[in-house]
Amino acid sequence: MCLAVPVRVIKVLEGEWAVVDLGGVESRVSITFVEDVVPGDYVIVHVGHAIARLDVERAEESLALFRQIAETLGIESDALHTRLP
Amino acid sequence: MRYIRGFRDGAAARGLSRLIAAEVRSDREYHLMEFCGGHTHAVFRHGVPDLLPDNVQLIHGPGCPVCVLAMPRLDLAIELAFDERVVLASYGDMLRVPASRKRSLLKARAVGRDVRIVQSATEAIVLAQQHPDREVVFFAIGFETTTPPTALVILEARRLGLENFSVYCNHVLTPSAIRSILDAPKVRELGQARVDGFLGPSHVSTIIGARPYEFFAEEYQRPVVIAGFEPLDVLAAIRMLIRQLNEGRAEVENQFTRGVTRDGNRKAQAMVAEVFELRPEFEWRGLGMVEYSGLRIKKRYAEFDAERRFGLVEKPAAENKACQCPAIIRGLKKPMDCPIFGTVCTPRNPIGSCMVSSEGACAAWYQYRNGLAASA
Repeated sequence: MCLAVPVRVIKVLEGEWAVVDLGGVESRVSITFVEDVVPGDYVIVHVGHAIARLDVERAEESLALFRQIAETLGIESDALHTRLP
Repeated sequence: MRYIRGFRDGAAARGLSRLIAAEVRSDREYHLMEFCGGHTHAVFRHGVPDLLPDNVQLIHGPGCPVCVLAMPRLDLAIELAFDERVVLASYGDMLRVPASRKRSLLKARAVGRDVRIVQSATEAIVLAQQHPDREVVFFAIGFETTTPPTALVILEARRLGLENFSVYCNHVLTPSAIRSILDAPKVRELGQARVDGFLGPSHVSTIIGARPYEFFAEEYQRPVVIAGFEPLDVLAAIRMLIRQLNEGRAEVENQFTRGVTRDGNRKAQAMVAEVFELRPEFEWRGLGMVEYSGLRIKKRYAEFDAERRFGLVEKPAAENKACQCPAIIRGLKKPMDCPIFGTVCTPRNPIGSCMVSSEGACAAWYQYRNGLAASA
């Protein structure tokens, strides 16, 4: 029920709405709860509303940590992390 | 999408699994509760239990709003659907949930009642605008993640001056439920589930922040690690919990740093506080009455409160006696311990609430673990 997905903002519309890239599909969501959203930002969307900004810097830190774990232990990575979004 | 796929990498998952195995002490057990139904689903879907040592047990908590909505409350939603004036707008998750006398919203719709599935509360507002001659009622359920959008539509209805729109409010609170698991009177009847630490919900926490959990860490001496919903998040958070337990710490830590701050989303919190207030108590399917665990609409917005508008009064309802959901939701039993699991009670024909939603412990178990009983 509390399912929410990270999406990239494509365009900010009038009246606290935005067009986002939802897994390749353009979708209109409310951005009332997140301030100062600009195109290129990532937000976390739940039932048609952005509920939080996705902190890209922190997300990259986590991914780097996971990549490091796989590399240090010599587990072959599937190169997923080096692919661009 | 990098920020989903990246957190599902198989190599890193194997790495984390090895690190966990290296860190657990063999002379103790680790009973960790994932509170949230989203975690329960993710844990089963990605096979997380298979990546953990045998002495690390995951207990599936009550954090599925569909599963915990009390039957008398669902009965009232069906009563609303049978009111000739009403168009009932509901999240799709609620339609198949069994109510009293095997009724459900889906069956109400099958006999011609006007029940509409909406993806967002805003769609209910649009319905009200499209049908000025009907009473549109939004059936609001959910934890703190889902509450701000409901607050927003009530404010929007006021702004638009909508006279045919109301909300049947069933929003519930995560911290109250965690508290109920740790110290409710029911614990004495049912026995206490052993929970050494909690995986805290990620999306609920984007709204309420990390702060509300500090009380549990402090008062009950249980570590809480707020965890993202992807498998690598869950594994990393389990490792953080194990480390805290090994070091004798009970702190709130945040693994989901990309979405959660200590304070949460202040703007959303303010809107919720404007529209809603605490109910003195609220019934949970499985947990019983829990003090200050539910929200209702403030008097200031009374005209949008469906309970007031339609004079709804709860009536007692009986659960199926064989169903073990109450004990499962508290972490006292596993789905396999229920006599009707997978036989009488299946996702196609759910008897208890844990089987209804894909986030319920029984449904997740049925879908991803059935046939693995020996390893359970």
